[in-house]
Amino acid sequence: MAAHLSYGRVNLNVLREAVRRELREFLDKCAGSKAIVWDEYLTGPFGLIAQYSLLKEHEVEKMFTLKGSRLPAADVKNIIFFVRPRLELMDIIAENVLSEDRRGPSRDFHILFVPRRSLLCEQRLKDLGVLGSFIHREEYSLDLIPFDGDLLSMESEGAFKECYLESDQTSLYHAAKGLMTLQALYGTIPQIFGKGECARQVANMMLRMKREFTGSQNSVFPVFDNLLLLDRNVDLLTPLATQLTYEGLIDEIYGIQNSYVKLPPEKFAPKKQGESGKDLPTEAKKLQLNSAEELYAEIRDKNFNAVGSVLSKKAKVISAAFEERHNAKTVGEIKQFVSQLPHMQAARGSLANHTSIAELIKDVTTSEDFFDKLTVEQEFMSGIDTDKVNNYIEDCIAQKHPLIKVLRLVCLQSVCNSGLKQKVLDYYRREILQTYGYEHILTLHSLEKAGLLRAQTGGRNNYPTIRKTLRLWMDDVNEQNPTDISYVYSGYAPLSVRLAQLLSRPGWRSIEEVLRILPGPHFEERQPLPTGLQKKRQPGENRVTLVFFLGGVTFAEIAALRFLSQLEDGGTEYVVATTKLMNGASWIESLLEKPV
Amino acid sequence: MSRTKGDEEEYWNSSKFKAFTFDDEDDELSQLKESKRAVNSLRDFVDDGDDDDDLERVNWSGEPVGSISWTIKETAGNSGPTQEGREPKNRNSFSYGQLPKPTSTYSLSSFFKGRTRLGSFQSLSDALSDTPAKSYAPELGRPKGEYRDYSNDWSLCDTVRRLRKGKVCSLERFRSLQDKLQLLEEAVSVHDGNVITAVLIFLKRTLSKEILFRELEVRQVALRHLIHFLKEIGDQKLLLELFRFLDRTEELALSHYREHLTIQDPDKRKEFLKTCVGLPFSAEDTAHIQDHYTLLERQIIIEANDRHLESAGQTEIFRKHPRKASILNMPLVTTLFYACFYHYSEPEGTFSSPINLKKTFKIPDKQYVLTALAARAKLRAWHDVDALFTTKNWLGYTKKRAPIGFHRVVEILHKNNAPVQILQEYVNLVEDVDMKLNLATKFKCHDVVIDTCRDLKDRQQLMAYRGKVDKGSAEEEKIDTILSSPQIRWKN
Repeated sequence: MAAHLSYGRVNLNVLREAVRRELREFLDKCAGSKAIVWDEYLTGPFGLIAQYSLLKEHEVEKMFTLKGSRLPAADVKNIIFFVRPRLELMDIIAENVLSEDRRGPSRDFHILFVPRRSLLCEQRLKDLGVLGSFIHREEYSLDLIPFDGDLLSMESEGAFKECYLESDQTSLYHAAKGLMTLQALYGTIPQIFGKGECARQVANMMLRMKREFTGSQNSVFPVFDNLLLLDRNVDLLTPLATQLTYEGLIDEIYGIQNSYVKLPPEKFAPKKQGESGKDLPTEAKKLQLNSAEELYAEIRDKNFNAVGSVLSKKAKVISAAFEERHNAKTVGEIKQFVSQLPHMQAARGSLANHTSIAELIKDVTTSEDFFDKLTVEQEFMSGIDTDKVNNYIEDCIAQKHPLIKVLRLVCLQSVCNSGLKQKVLDYYRREILQTYGYEHILTLHSLEKAGLLRAQTGGRNNYPTIRKTLRLWMDDVNEQNPTDISYVYSGYAPLSVRLAQLLSRPGWRSIEEVLRILPGPHFEERQPLPTGLQKKRQPGENRVTLVFFLGGVTFAEIAALRFLSQLEDGGTEYVVATTKLMNGASWIESLLEKPV
Repeated sequence: MSRTKGDEEEYWNSSKFKAFTFDDEDDELSQLKESKRAVNSLRDFVDDGDDDDDLERVNWSGEPVGSISWTIKETAGNSGPTQEGREPKNRNSFSYGQLPKPTSTYSLSSFFKGRTRLGSFQSLSDALSDTPAKSYAPELGRPKGEYRDYSNDWSLCDTVRRLRKGKVCSLERFRSLQDKLQLLEEAVSVHDGNVITAVLIFLKRTLSKEILFRELEVRQVALRHLIHFLKEIGDQKLLLELFRFLDRTEELALSHYREHLTIQDPDKRKEFLKTCVGLPFSAEDTAHIQDHYTLLERQIIIEANDRHLESAGQTEIFRKHPRKASILNMPLVTTLFYACFYHYSEPEGTFSSPINLKKTFKIPDKQYVLTALAARAKLRAWHDVDALFTTKNWLGYTKKRAPIGFHRVVEILHKNNAPVQILQEYVNLVEDVDMKLNLATKFKCHDVVIDTCRDLKDRQQLMAYRGKVDKGSAEEEKIDTILSSPQIRWKN
């Protein structure tokens, strides 16, 4: 059912099965028929680990979305709320429960907090007088959700803000817990590396948790060789730039949520003869994107400019395969052909979909505005004109382009200049406040606190040093047959991934100077293994490194790590974990001050 | 399952039932794994006993179900949905269909009555050997919690560990300041935000503000959690006090300012913003906050006035172009656009005049021209557009100037569907020849293209352009005339 999770070096289906088991156990605790009331945000992540059929097997008969006032009628014995521990959701739940009491036969209420119970939320329920109405109040520690054979995410959209703005360590604690679960299933990870304040804390928590569990020795043979913990604020630059891989662009333009994307339906209308006059579908086309689809696995991480040629080659192969039917003469040959038909049909459908998506993306990437924006980004990243007011940004504000787009560019400029000159910053601030509203003073302060938009201090711009030492800008980039990770941004090599690459070879000692410039400590810890579990590596066998991005990761960075995994002589294969899959837009959005 | 209203009222009115206190909540929720075995074995037990009334049933405190003492307590504890709900942890193991007499002996609370003990049961035999004397049902709140707390006397580490596992236990035992601070430090050292918050709630409740603030000032992690917590629960008052104590003036100011977002009524919001002016913001922000206040003040006046004008139906502009939305709380540039749209020719003295807005808020020329252009073009007031770019020098000569560059003017005009004659005029003013040619081609200003090609003596391009104009049109004729003119020395 989720075979693609077991394709990689680490079989993530083991984790999926473990979390499914836990879900079943909880459902069985509430005996009898059930209705689940969903915090809508959770339905996406849950969809990755369980289908409705699983819930149905455990007597879930109805499902609702959490909203105010009364619950819809349902002839069930149990009402279970599946929610994130958030105060505003508690208010809604209380409203549901209170309006329920006044009518009809009473039902049993339960709450399942995902990923954790929160004392604060329970206090709120108590204040609202409903805490006692719940029979089971439990937590479901869905910390790390398997997204693909080499990808795990906590899908915690507030994690960056909590860690870097509020200094609330709760999501770090969840990250540490998720890592403990992983180690329970896949063995102790013998070496931990890290860079950044949050990374240091997660490592500390892990070591402490391990000490506390000394009673039970982990006897699982270790699958991972290394863990690399990276703070997002060590590399604020990368997510701000527009991703240029196929998957990255789909995410930038349409937004991938829990591995699904919604696309405008026009391009996907069935083109059958005689039906040309038929009405176009109006509902968005929803597609699942993961490596279970052969073609997608092949093109997702390519630079978009290299996707077209792959698609056309595929088209030829498939046409040729269908032509084979004319050569099938004997019964045996025909039989063989027919047996391959389903596979061919699927391949054709997949090709048709991705051709349509590629067309949609091409419409955007060939537009004048996209080109202008990319030019400005590339100038900034290669260090050109980062210290003065940029004309294009000015024009974007004047034409009231979306605020997020403007902020993303201004922040990029700030990061590539180690902070803007005070005069430049003041100018942008005034333009932004006058055009988008004064209340964004608060947004600008959040960005400042996160280090994304600030004034240069001490008049020193460190970015050129970092850029040169880590070779972040590559002029001769090969998009078709890449030789370096910089292909994912057509020239810019993501800083975070460069750090991972340099760690595996030749080691961080070679870049001590840059590591000192970047924020937060860097460190190394060892978790000793009993002799029986120590690995004897076969010659030529790759190491497996888990890279955990605290505060979010982009698809382009994942693509860059996959590129490194596939290198002949790379020596390391990567599995990626993160608090949230994100892009520059969703990231800035999470920091925006929202009017009530 | 049926409860009478009387039962409920009895519960709510009875002084026996203390309000449920958070800290004392039963802690067994998370030990369900262990208890599950017990639960399961009990289910079998009950199932088997369905039609066998002789079989003694045992409730969770180990008492035989149906015994007299049990029934009495049962009645007392029959407490309506709230109480019922909060206790019957193990009810899940009983499906009602299997219960022989659900309304009497086996009413729901019989199963939660002893639930509080659940966690300590390792098996059914444990349950059976437990002393039946303790009565839990009527006092589901603090006593049992306290009992457990005191009897077990959790150490500091244990307490924190229990909190981490989501078991709530009473912190009341930590009485001295030193104990409380040690508790806090232990909580901070495990990095679990949930636990830190729980301890902070306890400290907030049991310490005076001054002491709490003073101690947190030297404990930055805990302090940040408290700030976050206060923001979450919206305890603005304490938050501001805290910032004041810490002398974090800018945060204090911002935090106060943030509150305006929750105020819907425009007049109240305006009054609130007034209180923000003068707070210790940074120098740049101070000006912005002042502007924010002034802007809303203006908007309220303009809105009242215009709403009146619109409903009176006497003013042409409002009749022809009814307002789509109120101007309240719109950004400054939007307000300027609105003023340029509805109040363009007003004298500078009125609040709604664009010039007045420009001066009051020191709007830069560029921004002003862009906005005015967009507004007047939308109304197709070409004369105003013209005036916007006309400057007179001291000799009285007029000259066209655009601080934003005429290429931008052309784009904005095109966006507003300006007719070709108007577009043409401004395309001609674009200085860069290549850009001029590009724009003219893009917006089909044939005359400009033709004349420019002629001036450039670019025969090739002109011939190519001939294919783009309509057959037999005046433009085609013009091109032909030029192409055949002997006076031009073509460069190609």
